[in-house]
Amino acid sequence: MRQVLMGNHAVSWGATLSRVQVIAAYPITPQTQVVELLSEICAEKKLDAKFIKVESEHSAMAACIGASMTGARAFTATSAQGLALMHEMLHWASGARTPVVMANINRAMTPPWTIWTDQNDSLSERDTGWMQVYCQNNQEVLDSVIQAYKVSERILLPTMVILDAFVLSHTMEVVDMPEQEMVDTYLPPFKPEYKLDPEDPHAFGGLTGPDGYFELRYIMQDAMEQAKSEWEKTGKEFGEMFGREYGLVETYKADDADFLIISSATIASTARVAVDRLRERGMKIGILRIRVFRPFPVERVREIVSSVKKAMVIDRNISFGASGIFYQEVKAAMYNVSNRPPIFGIVTGLGGRDVGVRDIIQMVEDVDKMDSPRSDIIFKGVRI
Amino acid sequence: MIRTTIPQEEVLQSGHLACPGCGASIAMRYALKALGRNTSLDIPACCWSVIDGPFPHSAVGVPLYHTAFETAASVASGVRAGYDILGKKDVNVVAWAGDGGTYDIGIQALSGAAERNDDILYVCYDNEAYMNTGIQRSSATPWGAWTTTTPVKHPKDRPKKDLVAIFAAHRIPYIATVTVAYPEDFVKKFQKAKDIKGTKFILILSPCPPGWKTRPEDTIKLSRLAVQTRIFPLLEIEKGIDWKLTMKVKKPVPVIEYLKLQGRFRHLTEEDVKYVQKSVDWEWELLMKKIENK
Repeated sequence: MRQVLMGNHAVSWGATLSRVQVIAAYPITPQTQVVELLSEICAEKKLDAKFIKVESEHSAMAACIGASMTGARAFTATSAQGLALMHEMLHWASGARTPVVMANINRAMTPPWTIWTDQNDSLSERDTGWMQVYCQNNQEVLDSVIQAYKVSERILLPTMVILDAFVLSHTMEVVDMPEQEMVDTYLPPFKPEYKLDPEDPHAFGGLTGPDGYFELRYIMQDAMEQAKSEWEKTGKEFGEMFGREYGLVETYKADDADFLIISSATIASTARVAVDRLRERGMKIGILRIRVFRPFPVERVREIVSSVKKAMVIDRNISFGASGIFYQEVKAAMYNVSNRPPIFGIVTGLGGRDVGVRDIIQMVEDVDKMDSPRSDIIFKGVRI
Repeated sequence: MIRTTIPQEEVLQSGHLACPGCGASIAMRYALKALGRNTSLDIPACCWSVIDGPFPHSAVGVPLYHTAFETAASVASGVRAGYDILGKKDVNVVAWAGDGGTYDIGIQALSGAAERNDDILYVCYDNEAYMNTGIQRSSATPWGAWTTTTPVKHPKDRPKKDLVAIFAAHRIPYIATVTVAYPEDFVKKFQKAKDIKGTKFILILSPCPPGWKTRPEDTIKLSRLAVQTRIFPLLEIEKGIDWKLTMKVKKPVPVIEYLKLQGRFRHLTEEDVKYVQKSVDWEWELLMKKIENK
């Protein structure tokens, strides 16, 4: 059934179709509508779930972890400062191997006060052991919530489904709503092997010395590695059942490309129009969109980037004192590949400044004139 | 044979790592006797995160989730919701935290759970300082006490936070105070709490020999003296307004009898002791008014 949905409501329906059992959430602009709609859905009993209206995001994540430990499917959503407040519990969720799924609406970090999009909130949580999926449209948002539970519950690591503030969160798009029965087939109930259970009592998370901790972290990294094929496999299954296939990455006209734009989220979808226009001028150009950022799809990136003559990463984020973060990751992935092209790093659109087709065309034209990058950051659109 | 109201079954097993004379380990033993095996614990950073034993050991005999310092209440809320939605509504969900995790860093999450009236039992074993990190002051540390962050030259100059009044103000269905010197009262209150829906809060005064500088064999005596001096009245408060004394103290023991057994008060002058006595008398008067005004 096709419906017109804003990104936030696509999240709510994704959670509803996933039959989440415990929701714990706290309001923050631009995420609030996610939990408002879920409150209504729960109140109308369209979803059999417990909704805990917690007093902070820190408690939201703590409650999700507690619920997940009993074997319930837990969900929350947040943004920016809320995500930062959760930071401690993000480590707790992954370290405890609880498959919590959370939507994060990408919002720039304060101060100064801001509510508009960039990726510095979620990328600041890069090393917490959460999987991260960056979505390019509202359909993908809804589908990714469902897929995230499937992957998370198989490998026991939490997933953050990420969408741009306003560009997706408050923008209406046509979304095909999957049938509940088919979602139930795709995503069976959560049945963890180990959980809190008075009939089979165990202690979880007790003091672990240097003789045991290292192995637990090794196993976590191993799970992340396995997750790569899980995302591809379950993305293919999703395609077979619902007609929309998802992978770790997505390419657009990249097969014969000499010039590759690498980006994520909605900038990558805007770049398609830029690529079409540049192709009309005869330029052999394509796109690599990184959808799953953690686990980082190193193999896919190497395979695609090594076949082009020039690559340009567009980052809507910055690691202060270094460069754009996707840029660092792509460069790191390519370092040990012998036939790597020069890779340029653009930082743009921070704090929600619009990044349009013309901006992207201009970035390409500028980079096309250069043989190699003169610095690790090429700022685009900053007025100084 | 003396008949007792305390269940015979031992849920807490031997082999835990508490210090000799630890009030908190005796408290856990009585609490689990009262609550039984159909109980699920979560414990934030506190002495009990060590006492239960390192991975893969556990002494409590019921499921236990170790969680972050400020999340005892919020994790319990989530555990409750999880059990409920899975149809295990009869499990006693218990958050078990120290005074640091309750009076200080965890008070926000506990206030949230109490305001929502989530169906959990929150237990604070109050040893009146951050004992697990080496005896630093908390907002539960009493006036005049030495800790490593309130040294003898500058002992704590503020009174202990009145947490019972704070949670009474949340109008939760049940609040009680207990000590291990009165096990029948202790067990009765836990059993009562178990059968009440909503947020229950039980405060245990928990002597700590290394932190209070007391003899391990004095733990029960101190627990009794705290009540008999009126420093720690044994209470029950229903719906936040119905205050009741469960142990009447007609002839109070002077506070000096309690203070003099504890190294943490050794530096107090006669004047200081008089001040403590005056404060205790004043607090008692205030409490009597609450009880009369119910």
